[in-house]
Amino acid sequence: MPELKISDLFVTVETEQGTKEILKGVNLTVKSGEIHAIMGPNGSGKSTLAYSIAGHPKYTVTGGSITLDGEDVLEMSVDERARAGLFLAMQYPVEIPGVSVSNFLRTAKTAIDGEAPALRTWIKDVKSAMEGLRMDPAFAERNVNEGFSGGEKKRHEILQMELLKPKFAVLDETDSGLDVDALKIVSEGVNRVHAANNMGVILITHYTRILNYIKPDYVHVFVDGKVAEEGGPELAARLEAEGYDRYAKAN
Amino acid sequence: MDQHGLTEHTHSSFVPLQIRSERPKSKSITDFPAIDNRQDLWKYVNLDKLAGLDSDVLSEYTNQVSFQQVSGVGFAWIESTDPRVGSVGIPEDRVAAATYTNASRTLLIEINSDQTEPVFLNISGDSKEASALHILVIAKKHTHATLVLQHQGLGVLGEIVELDVQDEATLNLVSVQNWDAGSTHISAHFAKLGRNANLKHTTASFGGDFVRITPVTTFAGAGAEVEMNGVYFANSGQYIENRPFVDHASPNCKSRVTYKGALSGAKAHTVWIGDVLIRVAAEGTDTYELNRNLLLTDGARADSVPNLEIETGEIQGAGHASASGRFDDEQLFYLEARGIPESEARRLVVLGFLVEILQRTGVDSVIEQMTAVLEKKLEER
Repeated sequence: MPELKISDLFVTVETEQGTKEILKGVNLTVKSGEIHAIMGPNGSGKSTLAYSIAGHPKYTVTGGSITLDGEDVLEMSVDERARAGLFLAMQYPVEIPGVSVSNFLRTAKTAIDGEAPALRTWIKDVKSAMEGLRMDPAFAERNVNEGFSGGEKKRHEILQMELLKPKFAVLDETDSGLDVDALKIVSEGVNRVHAANNMGVILITHYTRILNYIKPDYVHVFVDGKVAEEGGPELAARLEAEGYDRYAKAN
Repeated sequence: MDQHGLTEHTHSSFVPLQIRSERPKSKSITDFPAIDNRQDLWKYVNLDKLAGLDSDVLSEYTNQVSFQQVSGVGFAWIESTDPRVGSVGIPEDRVAAATYTNASRTLLIEINSDQTEPVFLNISGDSKEASALHILVIAKKHTHATLVLQHQGLGVLGEIVELDVQDEATLNLVSVQNWDAGSTHISAHFAKLGRNANLKHTTASFGGDFVRITPVTTFAGAGAEVEMNGVYFANSGQYIENRPFVDHASPNCKSRVTYKGALSGAKAHTVWIGDVLIRVAAEGTDTYELNRNLLLTDGARADSVPNLEIETGEIQGAGHASASGRFDDEQLFYLEARGIPESEARRLVVLGFLVEILQRTGVDSVIEQMTAVLEKKLEER
């Protein structure tokens, strides 16, 4: 069974004040079909974990390993990781002027699959995925993320996930900036892809709100660059009631 | 939140950098001083690259020009003393005046009836001898046509293109600059639009060491429309300058100016100066000009200056936007995170950005050939 395994991961980032260690020994194993919520206060390293899995050049892995079905992910370039089946739904998707959504999606799909998708089924797939996320068809002709509202950007991320069918997806604060209607639509999309492809999910969030719509199998609390506590969904309920304060005190 | 990519500003205020309308005009080179970088018109130019086009004596560029005779279009070399020559525009700078003075004959292209297929004029050089070429296009009343000027090979060319678009005529003019390395091309375009005339004017500049085009559109009759488009790509060491000017001298005319460029490699340099003048008589004017540049590597430089002079408040609308942005690491990461390799990511972004302008010409052969040229240029640094 496919497995994404993160072992004793240490990551630094260059800042104006010099090198800063953000991740300090993260252990996390996600199997196909599992949903893991990663929660924690701001600055605890949640997004750094997401970017490190995807291979963002800003972050340097100084120790530990990430493997996908035993393959060394850290040896792969960013695009190779995506082609191996990893997906990052970004918190701040960037604008790509001059590239239409439809052209972008088709190019990405071709890169992931190694061959161009059959035109007729592809058009049908895109249309139905967009309908599922309640996106206007005119959206496909706009430039990638250019002038998109916050909610449109997040839907567009989930649309890509639905069409590219990754083995594992990391959702980096996909719930931030969404109103309750958009949150429901986006969550339904995640649940749909999860069910259809038996995708493993790492759901990064600051708030428990999205967990009302996407039910995690496991909850990990991130504090100061590593997992401070782990448990089942009941841990999320406890965080909802108590907040992160007690972890801060423990430090 | 981190915002990447292009930023732009839009406003419609008076930018008093210079008064575009008061530039001196003359057919004679002796009326213009020697070129130096203190002159606003030439301030960005590396004077060594003028390659002799500012000198008193130039050769004539006639043998290098070829065309296919088509029904309804007249081609003729006429004496440049013919009163029709210079009737559209008079040189406003020294190189154009040198061209005017030295081109003793002018190629007259008369569009007498509607053309369903594009008409091609091939301008294909094979030497670095500084030469002059003068072209006068007369699109007769009510005609519709597409004319493509294809510049290629090796050349050092001073050029004047006059476009007389008469009442109710529609002209789609495309000028392709696909020169070999070592070429210099300085071209002054003058368009005069009659009542309800329509001009689509596109420059596509990709090849040559130094390419400078100064297209001027003057509205001579009411109700006319111009769309001035430009697309360019400068690699290392290339200099490409565009200075479109729209002179709104008549009421109820519309202009849209859209130039897009990409730069890749050290010392790639592009300049865009977009001038629009709305004269007192030009009530009901509707104008918008836009320039966007995409810098693909460090060391490239894109200058972009929109100027708008408004002499009447009774207008429909006037605006401009200018933006130069980098294809940055975050954009690259985003595309790569979707499985797209780096070279393909660059290709996607640049072609998406530039090909749109080529497509507006509607000329399939130009779109295909120039897209292929762009793909090749993307491989270069």
